[in-house]
Amino acid sequence: MILKGRSHKFGDNINTDYIISGKYKFKTLDMNELAKHLMEDIDPEFYKKVQKGDFIVAGKNFGCGSSREQAPLVIKYAGIPAVIAKSFARIFYRNGINNGLVLIETNTDEIENGDEIEIHLEEGKIINITKNKEISSSKIPKFLIEIIREGGVINYLKKYKNFKLEE
Amino acid sequence: MGKTIVEKILASHSERDVKAGDIVLAKVDFLMAQDGTAPLVIRNFENLGIDKVFDPEKIIFVIDHNSPSPNEGVSSLHKLIRDFAKKYRIEIYDIGEGICHILLPERGKVKPGNLILGADSHTPTYGALNCFASGVGSTDLAIALATGSLWFKVPETIKIEITGKIPFGIFGKDIALYMVKNLTSEGAIYKSVEIKGNVINEISMDERFTICNLTTEIGAKCGIMEFDEKTKEYLESKRIKDYEPVFPDKDAIYEKEIFLDISNLNPQVAKPHQVDNVCDIDEVEGIEINQGFIGTCTNGRLSDFEIVAKILKGKKIKKGVRLICSPGSREIYLECLKRGYIEILIESGACVTNPGCGPCVGTHQGIPSDGEVVISTANRNFKGRMGNPNAFIYLASPATVAASCIEGKITDPRKYL
Repeated sequence: MILKGRSHKFGDNINTDYIISGKYKFKTLDMNELAKHLMEDIDPEFYKKVQKGDFIVAGKNFGCGSSREQAPLVIKYAGIPAVIAKSFARIFYRNGINNGLVLIETNTDEIENGDEIEIHLEEGKIINITKNKEISSSKIPKFLIEIIREGGVINYLKKYKNFKLEE
Repeated sequence: MGKTIVEKILASHSERDVKAGDIVLAKVDFLMAQDGTAPLVIRNFENLGIDKVFDPEKIIFVIDHNSPSPNEGVSSLHKLIRDFAKKYRIEIYDIGEGICHILLPERGKVKPGNLILGADSHTPTYGALNCFASGVGSTDLAIALATGSLWFKVPETIKIEITGKIPFGIFGKDIALYMVKNLTSEGAIYKSVEIKGNVINEISMDERFTICNLTTEIGAKCGIMEFDEKTKEYLESKRIKDYEPVFPDKDAIYEKEIFLDISNLNPQVAKPHQVDNVCDIDEVEGIEINQGFIGTCTNGRLSDFEIVAKILKGKKIKKGVRLICSPGSREIYLECLKRGYIEILIESGACVTNPGCGPCVGTHQGIPSDGEVVISTANRNFKGRMGNPNAFIYLASPATVAASCIEGKITDPRKYL
């Protein structure tokens, strides 16, 4: 799976309250509506800046905080297929993969706001096209790549019935 | 090779030998979802196309985050939860019963050695009862609800040993904030933490829950304490007898060991807008406050209100300051009433709400205005957490919040004890 997109850069510890504020998430299950409030408390204009296929690039501990699955969902519904970060909070990591969001752990110091990025998921490789530089990333277990490929764990389980943990 | 507590629990629940780094499919003992996460659990469960839950006796839905409903959008989600629960004969703890992480141990749903999942990030709270309890999202909970199991990566373990003589006026919350300060918000991402030491043996179960609750804020997958006489007494009071405590092997392999000596600890405060932005109280003393909040899954327990009542007895909250108090459960509320704590709170000028999450998650019951300063016993002070990104939230112990409300500014509680 190869994805190509433009980077929107954020710092460390972007928590789930920033991604989607608690005051909205309890009101509705309409993710298209919630997606309009993506990152609103730290960048009120963010939703308008995003183009379909863009990536979020961040520092350490992306998605820390609540277990709200609305967080990865609003990112996906805003048209962002992947988040690249130095590290992810664990619940966010599971929630993201479960919803078919591509999550890559790598040193994001090499990526600036607006850079064109190419993700090679299976190879664990990222290319910063703007800077003409290759960045290695940690490889994702095979069954998680399968989950992403199926668009999320629900589709995956419908197809395979069980988790195929053995590689 | 020696095993940690989490390795032993995940081994017994996946019926194989495991070590940190393995990926296993493990059976769950108990599941919980709250009204902020249950609607997506239900939607995902229905999308799976399975029409029965693995065991209706082993799941609870708790309506605590927006309780009672503040608007029609929330009301329709609550109805969705109630209808689903009725259809599948799942028990609900409905409005007024209390906060999920206080209710599950209180109602005897948590046992040593258990594997418990909650669709709420502060699920590691239950680890104070020597079990593996971890927060997951709604999809993971839906899968566990349908199949009774879920995949896990067996985490490495960090051992935290908290030692020393507990200073006067220092509570579980101060110790917990000190732990977060030392580990930082990403210090235990993906890891299990085992917390032990003479301090843990000496403090109450309530304080142990507070400390395990804050392991979420260091990124931990779970925070587990060892079983001792106090754990046993607590379980006996819930008439729980059939369980098997889990101890780590003497030669268990830890990723690292951290030693915290609290003999000289002062009251701790987390400054806006990060939980690990922790300092000694003297650094923030005198900062004027607009609102205090006492409650939540961190500090809404009986001993929390006991100390608050002791401080507020016969005193008035400073004019112009608002104090909101939310007992953590119906049982705690009733006991506070019987002991006269509620009367003391009301006479001091506090506003007492129903048991529930209250203003902690920023949906209702006390959203601060732009530029206002709040001091709270909760576990998060993120920008916007209480519903307004232009407010400033400090986190502290119930004693510090109560003392601060008397003076209208952040105050060292020791002079009131």
